[in-house]
Amino acid sequence: MESQTALIETDIDRYLELHRNKSLLRFITCGSVDDGKSTLIGRLLYEAKAVLDDQLGALDADSKRFGTQGDALDFALLVDGLSAEREQGITIDVAYRFFATERRKFIVADTPGHEQYTRNMITGASTADLAVILIDARKGILTQTRRHTYLASLVGIRRVVLAINKLDLVDWSHGVFAGIEREYRAFAARLGIANIVAIPLSALHGDNMTSPSANTPWYHGPSLLQHLEQVEIATSADTGPLRLPVQWVNRPDHAFRGFSGRLLGGRVRPGDAVRVLPSGRQSTVARIVTLDGDLDEAVNGQSVTLTLVDEIDISRGDVICAAGDPAGLADQFEAHLVWMAEQPLLPGRSYLVKLGATTVGASIGPPKYLVDVNTLDHLAAKTLQLNETGVVTLTLDRAVAFDPYAQNRDMGSFIVIDRLGNQTVGAGMLHFALRRSQNIHWQAVEVDKTARVRQNGHRPAVLWLTGLSGSGKSTIANIVERQLHALGARTYLLDGDNVRHGLSKDLGFTAADRVENIRRIGEVARLMVDAGLIVITAFISPFRSERLLARNMVEADEFVEIFVDTPLAVVEQRDPKGLYKKARKGELKNFTGIDSPYEVPEAPELHIETTHSDPETAATQIVEYLARHGVVKLAHS
Amino acid sequence: MPHLTHLQRLEAESIDILREAVAESERPVMLYSIGKDSAVMLHLARKAFFPSRPPFPLLHVDTTWKFRAMYDMRERMARESGMELLIHKNPEAERLGINPFTHGSATHTDVWKTQGLKQALDQYGFDLAFGGARRDEEKSRAKERVFSFRTAQHRWDPKNQRPELWRLYNARRNPGESIRVFPLSNWTELDIWQYIQQEDIPIVPLYFAAQRPVVERDGLLLMVDDERFPLRDGEQPQLRSVRFRTLGCYPLTGAVESLADTLPAIIQEMLLARTTERQGRLIDHDSSGSMEKKKTEGYF
Repeated sequence: MESQTALIETDIDRYLELHRNKSLLRFITCGSVDDGKSTLIGRLLYEAKAVLDDQLGALDADSKRFGTQGDALDFALLVDGLSAEREQGITIDVAYRFFATERRKFIVADTPGHEQYTRNMITGASTADLAVILIDARKGILTQTRRHTYLASLVGIRRVVLAINKLDLVDWSHGVFAGIEREYRAFAARLGIANIVAIPLSALHGDNMTSPSANTPWYHGPSLLQHLEQVEIATSADTGPLRLPVQWVNRPDHAFRGFSGRLLGGRVRPGDAVRVLPSGRQSTVARIVTLDGDLDEAVNGQSVTLTLVDEIDISRGDVICAAGDPAGLADQFEAHLVWMAEQPLLPGRSYLVKLGATTVGASIGPPKYLVDVNTLDHLAAKTLQLNETGVVTLTLDRAVAFDPYAQNRDMGSFIVIDRLGNQTVGAGMLHFALRRSQNIHWQAVEVDKTARVRQNGHRPAVLWLTGLSGSGKSTIANIVERQLHALGARTYLLDGDNVRHGLSKDLGFTAADRVENIRRIGEVARLMVDAGLIVITAFISPFRSERLLARNMVEADEFVEIFVDTPLAVVEQRDPKGLYKKARKGELKNFTGIDSPYEVPEAPELHIETTHSDPETAATQIVEYLARHGVVKLAHS
Repeated sequence: MPHLTHLQRLEAESIDILREAVAESERPVMLYSIGKDSAVMLHLARKAFFPSRPPFPLLHVDTTWKFRAMYDMRERMARESGMELLIHKNPEAERLGINPFTHGSATHTDVWKTQGLKQALDQYGFDLAFGGARRDEEKSRAKERVFSFRTAQHRWDPKNQRPELWRLYNARRNPGESIRVFPLSNWTELDIWQYIQQEDIPIVPLYFAAQRPVVERDGLLLMVDDERFPLRDGEQPQLRSVRFRTLGCYPLTGAVESLADTLPAIIQEMLLARTTERQGRLIDHDSSGSMEKKKTEGYF
């Protein structure tokens, strides 16, 4: 730091040259007042000389008036803003601080640690590249540490600094430090955070803040500031495909028609082929226009104006994408939603959703579950209250371009706006589409579904059997197929074995893989229904949203959801393949009913309680249902 | 892969904000105060909408007490940008002859600026106004939103601001309500100076040191910019090499003694002086929370 001052004095031009090529890092600090968070930020500002003399003068006066450090400077007071909160001794919002070294400019989002925490932290973390999580060495990992880490992981932060503070109060113990670090890594790994740097600190005394401390000879890593200066900041969006939401159509005269926006992914050059969503029209980039002259290339994060070779209709909210790798297009999603308003979420109410440069009407279903941010437990809920977070189905009134949040934060994030008060009441992250819009038009063929139905003599359908492993789905499905075959119906049975050995042999049993597996089965079933067949599926299919996804792929009267209901205690006792025993021992992970949830169907077309009937009767029940609804004709009628 | 520099990222973000605000409002305006932050904001606006002209007028809420060099710059920039320039002077202040010498800084600022701004916004029906404020200027501004919501009475309620996530700004409002938008929120004073140098942006010459007639009063060096400056007994304007770190009404803006007459020299001085730029302004000195108080009342 001192050398910077010397350089400013002796060679300002050189100093300015060095500072011209700084990069920018945004980070968030998480912890409570007691962990020394404000002290830590205050000291970073002070050490980086972002604190100027008149502020220091005010700090000196404030330290005596409000301070908690006796006559010493109370760095925490540097970062407290509004007078109301200073008098209460708390911070109440997200504050942004700035400091710079010759390598980097830093923007720090500082959030308080009390009951408004979730909302504020999500807000501050949404633009952060990295999170500094503070721990009081005397207390170790607390509930709040888990909460902060979970929320950071929720908004896609993959880089964490574990700032183990107040190490002076545990005699600079390496053992204490190492123990906390070990425990934390084990926890964070579960949340998918792999990039963790733990640093032993005393923010109050400045140890390991900007340079290595003599008090921690056993620590060989970087100081906090060194690490913040060096940490890699590239994101997956930088190297991903081109995404440019059009904010403003630039028409100074009839000769020029440009599309202004900021790249949210990838890069673009004149000559690149692009596809515009939602229309799906293709063209080629002609120019990248800026006041400083045309560019040869623009990269992720830049604000530019593009012109295209072809005259195609593009308006605000459309997204210009790489032609070979366009964004998805959908109007129904599974999303993680954080509620930010006093008035709770009203499932089914019409809200506005802003995503990119598009604002559309939206409704939100009741939460599939909410997440207890302290225990990470999934809880049943009918709504979301202020500061609650959970997984919901989001339905928009028209299709929008998107990428899953995990792939591109800016293409997969949205805010929810109340239509009356215009308040921002929620913020969310898109997981995946539940219903993809078709901008690929079906090849028109002369032999269509109607023609096939005539020839088959029955209507097509999907019989979707869902239930726990060992509930009897496959047994019943086989009997149903036999009975239907006997009636002359054209059928096909899709079950775990014939799908897992081929179509889905690349998939495992994580939640994401289960979802993908069901999506593929749904697509295959859809094709078979188009071919006029009666498709019988027998899969656990534990999640409501995926069953809904499969249902939405075919016509409303073609989908028959059949809940094969056998209590867990019974299937566990039957355990025909010995799987429950393995799962109980922990040898099988993500086993439905044991450590992965089964979401009971809310309104299945058929509910079969196997404790009251044998498989043959159950199958007959299903075939009779089909006859009643005009899918097949029974032999005797 | 080459990363964007901090100035490129700040520029891209500001342009993003300017475009988003224009797209989401019906009658936007840019508050133009002629200072260096306004100069940068105007430059960014020209970049954001090029080759179109920025699709909004500039509004100067005039107190009639600005430095003459500021009025010169105002006319020049309006000419060069080709944008419409609206000048509003509170007619009541004009009628009462409100001035900083007889009415004091607080009344002067309130009537000309705070009331004048509200009048202008109401008179033209602007629903969105760009301002050049930065979060690093003052502690209470660290929490200010980029899109800051104002009631129909132009009041800022610190408890009723909208959370801002990702790059998603909520600019919706009901009739009568308005939004103030701060495209320079994440810029620091050093960033502003570096950008002015990089982009060669014209600024008022008062920022550079020169021989100017000044008197020392109440611990401030005040420039005698015109004949309206009432000299007290024994006061005699002296030519001294001074410059201004911030520009406002000349009777309220203190100069600093300086020889810095180039941009690098100004930046050098700023970095070594280590006092924040608002220190030269009288209004911030009243009390620790004074800026926040003014904001709730409608001051920019």
